[in-house]
Amino acid sequence: MKQTPSQTVGPFFSLGLTGKATNVLASDSTQGEKIRLEGRVFDGDGQPVPDAMVEIWQANAYGRYNHPDDKQEKPLDPSFMGWGRSGTDKTGLYWFETVKPGPVPGPEESAQAPHINVTVFARGMLVHAYTRIYFGGETANDTDPTLLSIKNTARRRALIANREERNGKAVYRFDIRLQGEGETVFLDV
Amino acid sequence: MMQIKPYKPRDWKSHPPYLYEGYRSSVKRAPLKRLVRSKQTLSEITGPIFGHDAVQPGDEDLTRNAGTGGEAMGERLIVVGRVLDEDERPVPNTLIEIWQANAAGRYHHEVDQHRAPLDPNFIGAGRCMTNEKGEYRFLTVKPGPYPWLNHPNAWRPAHIHLSLFGPSFVTRLVTQFFFPGDPLIPLDPILTSVPSKKGRQRLIASYAHDVTEPEWALGYRFDIVLRGREATPFEGGGR
Repeated sequence: MKQTPSQTVGPFFSLGLTGKATNVLASDSTQGEKIRLEGRVFDGDGQPVPDAMVEIWQANAYGRYNHPDDKQEKPLDPSFMGWGRSGTDKTGLYWFETVKPGPVPGPEESAQAPHINVTVFARGMLVHAYTRIYFGGETANDTDPTLLSIKNTARRRALIANREERNGKAVYRFDIRLQGEGETVFLDV
Repeated sequence: MMQIKPYKPRDWKSHPPYLYEGYRSSVKRAPLKRLVRSKQTLSEITGPIFGHDAVQPGDEDLTRNAGTGGEAMGERLIVVGRVLDEDERPVPNTLIEIWQANAAGRYHHEVDQHRAPLDPNFIGAGRCMTNEKGEYRFLTVKPGPYPWLNHPNAWRPAHIHLSLFGPSFVTRLVTQFFFPGDPLIPLDPILTSVPSKKGRQRLIASYAHDVTEPEWALGYRFDIVLRGREATPFEGGGR
């Protein structure tokens, strides 16, 4: 059987998809370092995209996914599912309150640097796009197989979010450029 | 060592390209650089699992879930279908999110300024889960076609938006389905962005007389196929 073709979310997706806030992944009882993840989505003219939607999927602070196919002997965190969704506002801003994920294994005994898996949807995008957010200051970034598969080092570096402090809280910024100068690396996974 | 059983690649003969000039909004929002191929890992073969508590009773009845006690205006429809993978295996217990225009072709959304009436008894959003056999069912009214500004005298054919997760991060799908015999179908750049005729046909629901209930509602069937799994696993690292 052939895959059902993708279609755009269109301009009215908030009706079905972002009516209820699902961008706070971490509660007081969630294990790990609390972080805020935020960024803006831009189009090929550098204009903010106010009708985009970003979804994230990540491991918990121990590096385990809350999914039956993750059979690692690491603890699950009952107060962390690892999935979130945020629409963008008029300035193209999306944000999540989450925890920093632990490292998860990669192909052939390699380790992957801690990362968050990202899906981007928008009016005007006929197919969603996949990317990843990595964390600045992680030595494992130098050996991460996905990062190394990106030949252009400037584009590779753009997948690494840098840490800022805001009111004593860690904030990682990750802008998404759909097209043009600084176009985000999108993955064919 | 853990084994990773990856998912089949996205079938770019079925999916539209990012850039499709007939759909004007894609022109500045389509990624233009080549996608970077990367091997699937634990990150891709896992994904969010929504329990049955993600759907409340009544969520699957868009004719009444506005909660006003009244019923939506329009042609009542029962939509059924199966969610399968490429090997025809059912995808059980997966969340489907639904949104659509009302019978007059207007969305309950501040951005929609089409001069057509809103229906106080219709929000146009719902959700349901597939059962163990991958089957789903929801009740709604037939959405109307509506104008948009893509090109002169542009009208979207009647359609219903669906969002699905499937079992992993890479089985995610957002799509729309259409109704057979709609004269606007060949004129719609969003549908014609799908590269093959067969692919476009797969987005058109079929009228299902066996689903139609006498003195009540018309039945339509729309099956959905998500990415399937490769036959051979590979070593995925970890312990």
